Amino acid sequence: MAGWLHDWPFTYRYNDQSVIHSAIQPFIIMANHVNTEQLPAGEIPKPNVGWIWKTFFVLVGITVLEFVFVFLMNPGTLRNSIFIVLTIFKAFFIVAEFMHLKHEVKALIWTILIPMALLVWLLIALVSEGTYGGQAIQNAFN
Amino acid sequence: MSTISTTQPLTTASSSATDRPRSGNWDGGNEPFKASYGKLMMWFFLLSDAFTFAAFLTTYGLIRHRNPAFDPNSGQTFEFSTAYWPIPDKVFNGFPGLHGMDVPLGFVALMTMILIFSSVTMVLAVEAGHRMDKQDVQKWLLWTILFGATFLGSQAWEWTHFIHGTEEGTLMANGTRFFGANLAQNQYGPVLFADLFFFITGFHGTHVFSGVCLLVYCFIATTNDTFHKRGHYEMVEKVGLYWHFVDLVWVFVFTFFYLV
Repeated sequence: MAGWLHDWPFTYRYNDQSVIHSAIQPFIIMANHVNTEQLPAGEIPKPNVGWIWKTFFVLVGITVLEFVFVFLMNPGTLRNSIFIVLTIFKAFFIVAEFMHLKHEVKALIWTILIPMALLVWLLIALVSEGTYGGQAIQNAFN
Repeated sequence: MSTISTTQPLTTASSSATDRPRSGNWDGGNEPFKASYGKLMMWFFLLSDAFTFAAFLTTYGLIRHRNPAFDPNSGQTFEFSTAYWPIPDKVFNGFPGLHGMDVPLGFVALMTMILIFSSVTMVLAVEAGHRMDKQDVQKWLLWTILFGATFLGSQAWEWTHFIHGTEEGTLMANGTRFFGANLAQNQYGPVLFADLFFFITGFHGTHVFSGVCLLVYCFIATTNDTFHKRGHYEMVEKVGLYWHFVDLVWVFVFTFFYLV
């Protein structure tokens, strides 16, 4: 009955490299191993959710911090820069932990990150250059 | 002499073979990126979807740059005007049940929390799927559907509020008073401000709606043991990737539309 778990390659992958937050990794891998190997037939392993809630509290913390800056700081380039940095932090935690990218193989990580980096470059270039371009077009008609 | 004879069974990919989990081989003896085919394709789709949202954000950045910002040092108090880009916390300051009160960004904070929370319940559903725990998958999928639907409802309220506008409205250039917003004019600021609001939050909301539909499908399939018989809950994982991406997009929309 436990055969389906044995023959299930995904289980191995999960145990080997995936998921687990580095801080609690030693404990979890062991727990998972024990679970899948010695569990009686039909039994379900215990949930492993500590890392999920940790990530959740980080995300909530950053959001709260953003609101602190909204109300305690005057608008300006500095405040906007802080917002963008905090946003990138939030994005990192969502992508790395929730979407699990941190625990994929390096090639996959770069496959996603390099196009995104180029995209951000394009975005910055378009916004800055495009502003000049738009002004040039408008001046031509004035 | 052809090596591919018609007598060879061409139906090796029969239902029993395709129903088996993608077991590390994409039928080619290896598994690119050590990821299943479906998950990798979801990643590539999300990458392309990020391009679309980046196009929206680029448009937003350009148009916002073209319009002057309100100068808080000018000695004037802020009021809605087509002369400059509105300050977001003056526009988005309504809260259901608190009519007439100034709650800057209060409702959007709530919406952000709802979406982050739905991401957590989603990842809990994926985790339960790894353990083949059908009941937990069902439970967390239901919570995610609930939060997703709540977010959509909140957005509907937000749009209604935005479209109907404030009680005072704004005196327009032609001397009439205008309330709320449509695609042609609005009381908050430049015409394109409302247009971008409708398009960006609308496009994101459409994604949330698609996500909720996929989650409902996952819930039904889980209930019918479809995934359990398959031996894995990878579909929940792929929909989970999509759902987290939607949350991710909101993080950016939130920053660039409401905070900056």
